[in-house]
Amino acid sequence: MRMPKPRGPLSEWTVARLAATASDHELGPAPSAGSWEDETITLWTLHELSYRGFEDAADRAEWDPEALAVRQTLEIALEERLRDRWAGADVSPADVRPADVPKALERVVAEDDGPSLADHVRRHATLDEVLELLRQRSIYHLKESDSSAWVVPRLPVRAKAALMELQYDEYGDGDPNRLHSHLFARGLVAVGLRSEYGAYVDDALPETLEMNNASSMFGLQRRLRGAAMGHLAAFEMTSSLPSRKMVQGLSRLGLDGAMTAYYDEHVEADAIHEHLAARDICGTLAEDEPDQASEIIFGAFACLDLEARFATAVLAAWDRA
Amino acid sequence: MSELWDDGTDQEFDHPDVVLQPHGPMLLRGATSVQDATGTVHAVTRPVVALCRCEKSSRLPWCDGTHKVIPRG
Ligand code: FES
Ligand SMILES: [Fe+2]
Ligand SMILES: [Fe+2]
Repeated sequence: MRMPKPRGPLSEWTVARLAATASDHELGPAPSAGSWEDETITLWTLHELSYRGFEDAADRAEWDPEALAVRQTLEIALEERLRDRWAGADVSPADVRPADVPKALERVVAEDDGPSLADHVRRHATLDEVLELLRQRSIYHLKESDSSAWVVPRLPVRAKAALMELQYDEYGDGDPNRLHSHLFARGLVAVGLRSEYGAYVDDALPETLEMNNASSMFGLQRRLRGAAMGHLAAFEMTSSLPSRKMVQGLSRLGLDGAMTAYYDEHVEADAIHEHLAARDICGTLAEDEPDQASEIIFGAFACLDLEARFATAVLAAWDRA
Repeated sequence: MSELWDDGTDQEFDHPDVVLQPHGPMLLRGATSVQDATGTVHAVTRPVVALCRCEKSSRLPWCDGTHKVIPRG
């Protein structure tokens, strides 16, 4: 994959800084971001260096001190945005008791009133809208579960074993053909879209990028391990029923085949994963590290909040069209 | 009996093969096949499966999350 198109002065600077050919002297210090969108694409680019990376970035760029300084500034701002919204939202208390974490997760999910893209796909979406949604979703699904994998070494015994039990299924139970990100790639091909990793980054909405940046940030920072696992739990707990609606919508539009198979797999798999995530991962993590209890709820809130903002933006764009 | 660690616990964790979720499915670990209520045998390809207990799933014998939208009596 090549680095994305810049969307403002900061991403312009970043792409130049990371390029294999950049010499240390040509560029001045990093400029301020021109917009929120400029921030989101910059942070997405910086995080990608820790996944598969870019063919046109220097291999050492991941640990370039100037790039890391930009990443930190942007992560601080992103975390602040999320925590402010959490503080302002009328959701379950921040002082949840460790033993109540699975119940509190259920409550946060039940109280979520964001719009449902799966409902729209099931009943009304046009073929173009569904393809657009799949392009946006590809930013995450082509690296599905990878950000959670970073958290494994940071967990106590029970949560670590449980996360591995879940991740083993996400990664295909040892069968590369069943790896979830690979199932999605095959689905993209089946509906006539491009399946290469990162193919649609230049089309990604800032809301899409922000959603991905949050899960990367939670995964990359040990301090945020509780938020990472709460995010995972909320994701799994809001997946099997919507996945079934996606299957119905895709079939309505005649898109049977590999993409339907991807969502079909998630109806079944996430009906299992949600219990592993809420109880065996988050529940035991909170028991073993009580200060992580509220962090877990914060991560769950962030997951739902970012999905709601993404869904709102997408539906509004389709409404205007 | 395992020995006690410094914190007084024996550090031997419960890890049952069958776990009933409150108002939810039965999680089953380590199965290789499951026979449903009609007698059909399904191969199991995952380390853990969720078996529907509410009988409202669209893909019995597996849970598909439908139990969450059924009012609790
Ligand atoms: S127990 Fe989940 S659908 Fe029946
Ligand atoms: Fe998955
Ligand atoms: Fe999952």
